[in-house]
Amino acid sequence: MEKDGPGVIARLLVENLAVARGGRTLFSGLSFALEAGHAVALTGPNGSGKTSLLRAIAGLLRPEGGAVAFDGPEGPLDAEEARSRGLHLLGHQDGLKPARAAGDEMAFQARWTGGDAAGLARAAETLELKPLLALETRKLSAGQRRRLALARLVASPRPLWLLDEPLAPLDARWRERLGDLMRAHLDGGGLVVAAVHDPLPIAAREVSL
Amino acid sequence: MSAFLTLYRRELSLAWGRGGGALMACGFYACIAALVPLAVGSEPERLRAVAPGVAWIALALSTLLSLERLYERDYEDGTLDLLALGPAPLAAVAAAKGLAQWTAGGLPLALAAPVAALMLGAPAAMAPLVFAAALVGGLGFAFVGAMGAALALGARRGGVLIALVVLPLFAPPVIFGAGALHAFSEGLNWGPGFALLAAYSLAAVALTPFAAAAAVRNALD
Repeated sequence: MEKDGPGVIARLLVENLAVARGGRTLFSGLSFALEAGHAVALTGPNGSGKTSLLRAIAGLLRPEGGAVAFDGPEGPLDAEEARSRGLHLLGHQDGLKPARAAGDEMAFQARWTGGDAAGLARAAETLELKPLLALETRKLSAGQRRRLALARLVASPRPLWLLDEPLAPLDARWRERLGDLMRAHLDGGGLVVAAVHDPLPIAAREVSL
Repeated sequence: MSAFLTLYRRELSLAWGRGGGALMACGFYACIAALVPLAVGSEPERLRAVAPGVAWIALALSTLLSLERLYERDYEDGTLDLLALGPAPLAAVAAAKGLAQWTAGGLPLALAAPVAALMLGAPAAMAPLVFAAALVGGLGFAFVGAMGAALALGARRGGVLIALVVLPLFAPPVIFGAGALHAFSEGLNWGPGFALLAAYSLAAVALTPFAAAAAVRNALD
């Protein structure tokens, strides 16, 4: 990971955040701070606003009130810059086109977010994707699709991972492997915010909505 | 810049594959051209008179075909989230989409346009101008059309809405383009009409990506 520059997020600040969807307030007055090397597990019943919070942090959703701010090692970052270079959002929808080859889709997602050829090779290796790369993505199982979508996290190093139910389609072995990946990411100075129903396989502070 | 090219290449291959892409648009174009003699009568005199105008209307309509899926698919499958979090601003994303739309759809249609005009009895000397006008006008059609597609994001019956938003905006290039062709066939100066057509397309390239980007932001919220 780069040691400095506009995309290095060392601290995420959520201040007094309020989010509404369709005229209904999902949550308000939410504040927490997350430092490099730490993880937050977002919990709460269905419809409590976990996905909306992740999208608000990513800047895709305008909050009703409050703010999300990012600090670098040297001080506050420009939020837009930090978002376009410093975070990965992995949602339910993985953006994989059904008729395209898995390898092409992985390469696009990784390159678009700033990954290079070495990163791609590393991701294919780590996530054991090599036998899948020639297949159309419509032929993949839900767990395989999730692994393919996870590839960009490995291929293009960005400090803040926003993960929406990352464990859901994965089997026991891959849940464990994802835990290893997250642990390695945190050890390298990364940050993780994950919306979960099952406990995360890593140590994480719980924020419940 | 490299991110722009990465996206452009992907959009191009998606546009090419989108429901037959270019072939479908050209087939649609040929069908309209073939229906004209049945509708207005097959006298060569009459067909020659309407040939430039028909070539333009068919071009404008054919451009509409693939617009509905230009943003809608990416919106539904989550690709737009990824595009919004990339290194390039959304306006650049919109520009890459418009450019790919033009390369995959506008270019083949520009090749089909002179053929259709000749079929309807336009003089052979007019073919190069028909091609050039369709090529330049197609650029404007693609960018304005892409903006319409972004504006219709999330709307039910998006396809019809896109047509309603976009077709009125197609009036200037149809006037300028068909005007230039008409002037050519009358032996008049076709330069000004063509220059206005080019100006329209360049303005569309410069301005519509910003409108499309704002529409996409709104749709994601």
